Amino acid sequence: MLQKSALALRQLLLALLLATGFQSALAAEGMAQPVGDPVIEARVNKLAEELRCLTCMGQSIADSQSSFSTDMKREIREMVRTGKNDKEIIEFMVQRYGDFVLYRPPVKSTTWLLWGGPFLFLILSLGFLVMKLRKRGSQVATELTESEHQQAAQMLGKRESDRT
Amino acid sequence: MRRFLLPLAVFIVLAGFLAVGLRLNPREVPSPLIGKPVPAFRLAQLHAGDKTIGPEDLRGQVWLLNVWASWCVSCRQEHPVLIDLDRQKKITIVGLNYKDERSAAISWLNQHGGDPYQVSAVDADGRVGIDFGVYGVPETFLIDKNGVIRYKHIGPVTADAIKNKILPLAEELSRG
Repeated sequence: MLQKSALALRQLLLALLLATGFQSALAAEGMAQPVGDPVIEARVNKLAEELRCLTCMGQSIADSQSSFSTDMKREIREMVRTGKNDKEIIEFMVQRYGDFVLYRPPVKSTTWLLWGGPFLFLILSLGFLVMKLRKRGSQVATELTESEHQQAAQMLGKRESDRT
Repeated sequence: MRRFLLPLAVFIVLAGFLAVGLRLNPREVPSPLIGKPVPAFRLAQLHAGDKTIGPEDLRGQVWLLNVWASWCVSCRQEHPVLIDLDRQKKITIVGLNYKDERSAAISWLNQHGGDPYQVSAVDADGRVGIDFGVYGVPETFLIDKNGVIRYKHIGPVTADAIKNKILPLAEELSRG
């Protein structure tokens, strides 16, 4: 019985080991970069980091290994090779996929809230803070009336006598 | 009581934004190609590899360009809808067989109830797809008589979209 379970455990470990080995082999394959001119590849990568992978949303084309990103990188690489400048390449992508493909959207009428929003929020919060502080400041400055002074003295005096 | 009013108001506004955000489909990226001329291409036909097809061949008629592939799972969902649309003979449907293999594409059509396309163009390396801003298959474009893209449907075409959006717009375009 014990022997049997030990065997099962060993099989399980072996399976796990194989699975992880297989996975890392797959990952290595996925990471493989086409061998090419390092100058071109550096530019391709820089551009790919600016562009969103539309099928994986949260990733840039540079980070993603999806077929969409692979195709995009191929297009970018070819445009770089044919001597297009960065602006032309980005323009090519925007014409086809819209501003959404850019990780840094351009400042224009439809995006002013996106760009200005945080600053607007900062100004509003600062205004709110100043208002609150002023209110508190005026509260501290209020003079005590005679009776309040007496009351305070009494309380303090009492406290003093408690201590001794 | 009044001190809770402001946080409550902030909460309601925030909840409103989040509720709207949840309903939006992040996969539906508006196409910048609407209102622009259809990208030029000339590709081999799927069933007759020696013949080609391009947008110029379809000038003067309102047509649909449906991007499909045999590896595309949701294409199965829209295929019966397209076959039904083809039977109605109201609009020309052209296929763009995207990053596929010819033999796989043809047998896929045979397996899934027939060929709704008047003709399919073979875009084996996906270049033309990129010109159309394709990022997920299936996608469908409605193109007018002058070769201007008028509407884009992202994802599987539904009977509802055909009836309420595509056909009415196509009728309007063929009249104008």
